[in-house]
Amino acid sequence: MDLYTRRRIVNGVVMSLSVAATAFGLLWLVLVLWTLLENGIAAITPALFSQMTPPPGSAGGLLNAIFGSVVMTLIATLIGTPTGILAGTFLAEYSRRSRFGEVVRFINDILLSAPSIIVGLFVYELLVVHMGHFSAWAGAVALAIIVVPVVVRTTEDMLNLVPNALREAAAALGSPKWKVIVMVSYRAAIQGMVTGVMLAVARIAGETAPLLFTALNNQFWSTDLNAPMANLPVVIFQFAMSPYADWQVLAWGGALLITVTVLCLNIGARALASWSTFKQ
Amino acid sequence: MSPTHTAARLAMPPDPSDPGIAHPEPAAPQKAVIRNLDFFYDSFRALKNVNLPLHDKRVTAFIGPSGCGKSTLLRVLNRIYELYPGQRATGEVLVDGENILSPGLDLNLLRARIGMVFQRPTPFPMSIYDNIAFGIRLYQRLPHSELDDRVEAALRRAALWDEVKDKLRQSGLGLSGGQQQRLCIARAVAVQPEILLLDEPASALDPLSTQRIEELIAELKADYCIAIVTHNMQQAARSSDFTAFMYLGELIEFDETERIFTHPKQKHTEDYITGRFG
Repeated sequence: MDLYTRRRIVNGVVMSLSVAATAFGLLWLVLVLWTLLENGIAAITPALFSQMTPPPGSAGGLLNAIFGSVVMTLIATLIGTPTGILAGTFLAEYSRRSRFGEVVRFINDILLSAPSIIVGLFVYELLVVHMGHFSAWAGAVALAIIVVPVVVRTTEDMLNLVPNALREAAAALGSPKWKVIVMVSYRAAIQGMVTGVMLAVARIAGETAPLLFTALNNQFWSTDLNAPMANLPVVIFQFAMSPYADWQVLAWGGALLITVTVLCLNIGARALASWSTFKQ
Repeated sequence: MSPTHTAARLAMPPDPSDPGIAHPEPAAPQKAVIRNLDFFYDSFRALKNVNLPLHDKRVTAFIGPSGCGKSTLLRVLNRIYELYPGQRATGEVLVDGENILSPGLDLNLLRARIGMVFQRPTPFPMSIYDNIAFGIRLYQRLPHSELDDRVEAALRRAALWDEVKDKLRQSGLGLSGGQQQRLCIARAVAVQPEILLLDEPASALDPLSTQRIEELIAELKADYCIAIVTHNMQQAARSSDFTAFMYLGELIEFDETERIFTHPKQKHTEDYITGRFG
């Protein structure tokens, strides 16, 4: 067999394997989405968005859990995003080759892969024990701790992709370094940075473990950040494990809701980023 | 080359006792003087005791094989090398008598005085208008109408105005390579620097764009002291008044361009410009 024929056969084999692997991955995604839709669509009713989580056997919705999830995700994002972007900027623009930067980067990578239940336990020790009760604040802090390393990593990676020639060009005009970063580096990297933040939001929107130890849950409507607060993941966890059919339906509905929201957030963020980069 | 320039040259009798470095034309005062310049990338010595002047309202071309230090020399003149740790220069670079290598100097102010255009076009990810206005806004607060005028003047100067006047709000990234490079030149000119450094400004462009850039250099010469690094010998011959030939970090020969290309004093220079280098 000559070299060329051999190469073509190898190419064909590897190509088939790649396509098969892609199909295998996509299959599960489609199955998950399909199952969610099939079971959850029945729960998407006006009541879902207007009534509180019910006791077993009676009608209700997920309003308190939706509100809690939105509030805690929002606070966590507000804490975690600026922190992460500043730290990522520090790593990419100020300490690319320094020993200190290496250490921070390493620790951040560990934090990035830390199991979220550990984060939950940590915040439990840090806040819940000292406050004496579960609270939405503790939940938001736990989620923020998960946001930070994701945003640090994506911010740094995206800034590293900005060519140095661009920084040199801005500096050559007499621009101070902070202006080079804000006006040029950030603009060049904004799409990736926004995507990073959205990935982080998407991740915490479905996190259950850190909230179990911090915000816990609340059967009733509550806007008090110092008190336990309902949230979708924990409600889904609780309702899905229950033997009551109406709770299970609500759990499916909540799961579908989270998935669709995350999907929309991602699509929206991408659209926004591409629009702001090339406003033609 | 301007007619007056050629006339001045012809009026000057050849001097048989000419000592190595050419006597500059009287009409071109020295804008910058480089003295005993050494440059180091960590411990590697990339420039070795370089001495030469840059004349005001003249184009000085730097030629030489890759790695000879010509780009490095240019990067010393606005101290852009200081963005990277481990790079340092020793010696003196006097601009209007002031040593710009002195440690206390404000680098941002220095770079505002000495503009630079790079090999690859580097439009910022913002509109064409903002690309030009960026540099102006750094040091001046102008009313809108005045800023508009400055942007227009810079774009006209770079022979780009007619092509972009209807799409000033569009991204600078949407322009062609040649247009992007002229945008970068307009951006550098807009802040009204005293010296323009051009680091192979046409090497990534097609012949037509290259020609436009060269025409532009000829026009800008009237107002600026220009230093250009080029790999293209014809370009150096066409568009410069002085030429410096560098090799392995040393300045081998510096003279008026015409003399470098017709009667080089060094065998090495002759070998390089005739392509017999090896």
